[in-house]
Amino acid sequence: MSALSRILDVLQGDAQADRVVPRRGHSVQLTLFTSAAMAFLAVFAMALSLASGRLADRWSDALARSSTIRISAPPIEMDAQVWAVLGILEQTPGVDSARALTEDEQRALLEPWFGPDLPLEDLPVPRLVEVIETPQGYDAEGLRQRLAAEVPGAVLDDHTRWRRPLVQAASRLRTLGWVSMLLILGSTAAMVTLAAQSALAANRQVIRVLRLVGARDVYIARAFVRRFTLRALSGAAAGTVLGMIAIALLPGSGQQAGFLTGLSFSGGEWLWPILVPLLSAITAFWATRAAAFRTLRSMP
Amino acid sequence: MIDLKEAAYGYGGGTLLSEISLRLAPGSFHFLTGPSGAGKTTFLKLCYADLRATSGSVSIFGQDAAGMSRDEIAHARQRMGVVHQDCEFLDHLSLWENIALPLTVAGRGSAAQDGNLNDLIGWVGLGARRDALPQELSGGERQRAALARAVITDPDVILADEPTGNIDWDMSLRLLQLLVELNRMGKAVVIATHDLALIRAAKAQVSARVLRIKDGRLQLAGADL
Repeated sequence: MSALSRILDVLQGDAQADRVVPRRGHSVQLTLFTSAAMAFLAVFAMALSLASGRLADRWSDALARSSTIRISAPPIEMDAQVWAVLGILEQTPGVDSARALTEDEQRALLEPWFGPDLPLEDLPVPRLVEVIETPQGYDAEGLRQRLAAEVPGAVLDDHTRWRRPLVQAASRLRTLGWVSMLLILGSTAAMVTLAAQSALAANRQVIRVLRLVGARDVYIARAFVRRFTLRALSGAAAGTVLGMIAIALLPGSGQQAGFLTGLSFSGGEWLWPILVPLLSAITAFWATRAAAFRTLRSMP
Repeated sequence: MIDLKEAAYGYGGGTLLSEISLRLAPGSFHFLTGPSGAGKTTFLKLCYADLRATSGSVSIFGQDAAGMSRDEIAHARQRMGVVHQDCEFLDHLSLWENIALPLTVAGRGSAAQDGNLNDLIGWVGLGARRDALPQELSGGERQRAALARAVITDPDVILADEPTGNIDWDMSLRLLQLLVELNRMGKAVVIATHDLALIRAAKAQVSARVLRIKDGRLQLAGADL
C-alpha cells in the first residue's frame, strides 16, 4: 500500500471504528491550537520567502541589465559631452548598448522627490547615459580611466553593483523562509507527537480492552492517527485562512513600496498556502503513526 | 485448538501454576474450580496469551504462544470469546456498542447492527438497557453483557472467568444454556467458577470435565461434583 493510499485510507476512516477511542482530552484543543498557530506562522514564512525571491530576482535582473554614466557639464557643452561618451562606449568591449536618457525619462526619475511639473531645463541636472552590458560585462576600471581622460565631466556610476550583497541577502532571506517552514513543520510534528503520546497514555485502559477483544495494534494506531491527522488538518486550515487574511490586509505593494509592504503573495502564489494544511496533515499523520506504534510496543 | 504441555507460570520467584497439561479440543466443555488465588484466572490468561508460560508450552490454534507476535495474538483472540472477571468495557460506548466491539475491531462493523446482536442482547436480558453506558449497569448486567460480547463473534473457544458471579439463578441457567448450545455446535468452553450448583446443572446437560487447581497443579475433581 502506498503512503498516499494509506493517508487517504486513514482520512476516509470507519465511523464505527472511529468511536472506539474517546473524544475527550486536552490533546484535542492542544493539537488544534498548535496546528492553527503553526500554519499561521508558516503562511508568513512562505510569504517572506516568496517576497524575498521576487526581490532577489528583481535586483539580479537590474544588476545584469545596466549601469549609468552621469555627465555634468555647462549646458552649451552638454550635447558634445554626451556624444563623446556614447562614442567611447561604442568602442568599449563588453558594452552591449548605450543611450542617453530623454528629458522625460529624467523628469520621471526625479518626480518622486521633486513632484510633477519639474522645470528640468532650469535646473543644472546632469545628463544620464544608460549602459547595457553584455553577459561578460565590461572593464569598469578601464572605462572609468578613459572617461576621466577624455570626458572629465562624466562619471561612471555602476551603482547597481552595490546591489550584489543585497541580492545575496535577499536570496538568503528566501532560504531562511523555507528553513523556517521546515522548522515549523518540525515543531508541529513534535507537538503532535507529544499530544498523541499523552492521548495514548491517557487511554491505556481503552487500549487494553481493545487488545483483549482482538484489536490489532495497527487498528488501534489508526484510530489515533486519523483523529490527530484530521485535527491537524482542520487546525492548520483555520490558521492558513487567518494567515492569508492577515497577509491580504497588509498595505499594498506598489512600485514605490518598500520591502515590508511587498510581503505578500502575487498572482498564482496565493495558491501556495494551500500546501500548508496538507503538509501539516501529512506531518501529523507520520508523527502520530510513529508515536502510536512506539507507545503501543512499550505497552505490555 | 489450545494445548498446554507442562506449562508453568510464576512471578517474583514463586510458582503459581506448574505442570499444567490440558488440551481444549473442539466440542470440549471444562469447568475450572479451586479456591480464590489458586490460579484459575492465570490459567485462562495463559490460554488467551495475556500471560506467557514461564516454562513448558502453550499452543494456541497450532501456534506456540511464546513466539506469537502481537498481530498473531490479536488474530487468535478474534477466534476466542473471553469473559474477564473484572468485565472491562469502554466507558464511552453504549452497551450494544461494547457488545459489538469484537465485530468492530475485526472489521465486521456492519454486522453489529444486524439481527444477531439484537437477539443476543435480548437473550441475556439486556434489551431494555441497549443504549446504557457501562457505568450505569449493575454488576450482574455487566457480566451478562460481557458474556454477550464474548460470544458475538461465534468464536471457536469460549473462556469465561466467573461469568455468573453476580447473576441470579434463573439468569445463570439461561446463560449456561447459551454456552451449552454453543458447545453442541462444536465450540470449546472453559468456565472458571466457584458455583458448584452451576456445574451440576451443566453436567446434567453436557459431558463436562471438572478440573480443580490445587497447589498450583491441575487435577480432575472428585465425584462430589
